[in-house]
Amino acid sequence: MRKINVDKIKNIVSELCIEANISLRRDIYKAIVKALKKETNKRARRILGILLENARIARRESRALCQDTGIVCVYLQIGQDVKLVGGDLRKSIDSGVEEGYKKGALRKSVVASPLVRVNTGTNTPSIIYTEIVKGDKLKITVMPKGFGSENKSKLVMLNPTQGEKDITSFILEAVKEAGPDGCPPYILGIGLGGTFDKASYLAKKGLISPIDRQNAKKHLRKLESSILKEVNKLGIGPMGLGGKTTCLGVNILEYPTHIAGLPVAVNVGCHITRSASRMI
Amino acid sequence: MKKIKTPLTEPVRTKLKCGQEVLLSGTIYTARDEAHKKLTGLIKRKEKLPFNLKDAVIYYSGPTPVRQDGLFGSCGPTTSSRMDEFTPILLNKGLGAMIGKGRRLNGVRNLIKKQKAVYFLTIGGAGAYLAKRIKSSGVLAFKKLGPEAIYKLEVKDFPLIVGIDSNGRSVYK
Repeated sequence: MRKINVDKIKNIVSELCIEANISLRRDIYKAIVKALKKETNKRARRILGILLENARIARRESRALCQDTGIVCVYLQIGQDVKLVGGDLRKSIDSGVEEGYKKGALRKSVVASPLVRVNTGTNTPSIIYTEIVKGDKLKITVMPKGFGSENKSKLVMLNPTQGEKDITSFILEAVKEAGPDGCPPYILGIGLGGTFDKASYLAKKGLISPIDRQNAKKHLRKLESSILKEVNKLGIGPMGLGGKTTCLGVNILEYPTHIAGLPVAVNVGCHITRSASRMI
Repeated sequence: MKKIKTPLTEPVRTKLKCGQEVLLSGTIYTARDEAHKKLTGLIKRKEKLPFNLKDAVIYYSGPTPVRQDGLFGSCGPTTSSRMDEFTPILLNKGLGAMIGKGRRLNGVRNLIKKQKAVYFLTIGGAGAYLAKRIKSSGVLAFKKLGPEAIYKLEVKDFPLIVGIDSNGRSVYK
């Protein structure tokens, strides 16, 4: 049994909150550079150039990439041979978030109740997901999620006899509806299968995976590239002002499901979709 | 690129054309969801407003906290359509211009035309880049709302695109 003190987790969460908010993910930066090379629309090119400049300023001057520094989702992959010691795990994660948002001068965007909307002032509570895995390591991933794009996310329960074509048209409709509002070019996390909630969970996890990684499953790899191609034909472009660059990447995760259904969830991510991880 | 200065009076606004890129300098006010709710509440109750709406520019933004230099680290636009239900009341009170991101309802577009106002877009997700164009800032009202308070900002060469011009023409189809 390997012991890990929760104080260590607190410090890492604090650091990851700042890192994710000021440092654009390398895979996304590279995707924007690549898109800029292919883009022919003059205004779209200018906007993409500004997005790259924004990323450089943010990193150089430790500024948040976007003022919406999000609600924090924390993913813990806990090795089954790990024993957490030294205190309460949830408390240590939330005090890590609070500390990171204070130190990094990041915006506190969490209200205590969706109806009684009082800002908690600490950007907590965070949303925590845990997964037990083999081994004695602990992987912490922090994802500050902004709501411009989150508000555009959607879920549908398709019939089991439907398939790729219906999934694609559902995604296209969601992106059309998002239009210019959620900060395109988008990153799309798509969850297929499982249950109503599992599909959304997978969609969000899809946003954490690098967009330049190869999906291990061939049928998903094919679907990812065809959805990417179709979405980029919509012509929405950066800021919704036209161009070839509507989507920078698509990640699909799947899970076995029931014979009677085909849950499909799409989590829309903006062009600064953020996440940062560390392994202990 | 055309440079414009506040106050954005009607003669200045009516010269702007849909899709045109401009650089704005002068005074603007942040206001997002909760501040809109409060402002329209004050108007309905005929109470005094924290700033004069006539020809004023409202920026839909909730900045990150001020840093050591007294300025925001990041201050980009939020989604404008969430303000659509409150905007008509403000336009009827003489609001000159709005800055945000994304589409507006047709009702808002028609009223922009009627009041010869203007709706500007700025770059979503570029808060660090945009914050550097803000030269000073201070809380003006609703301090308790934190990032949702109304801040008075002085901006220099703030990059904008005319989203809906005073003829009601929109850059989005």
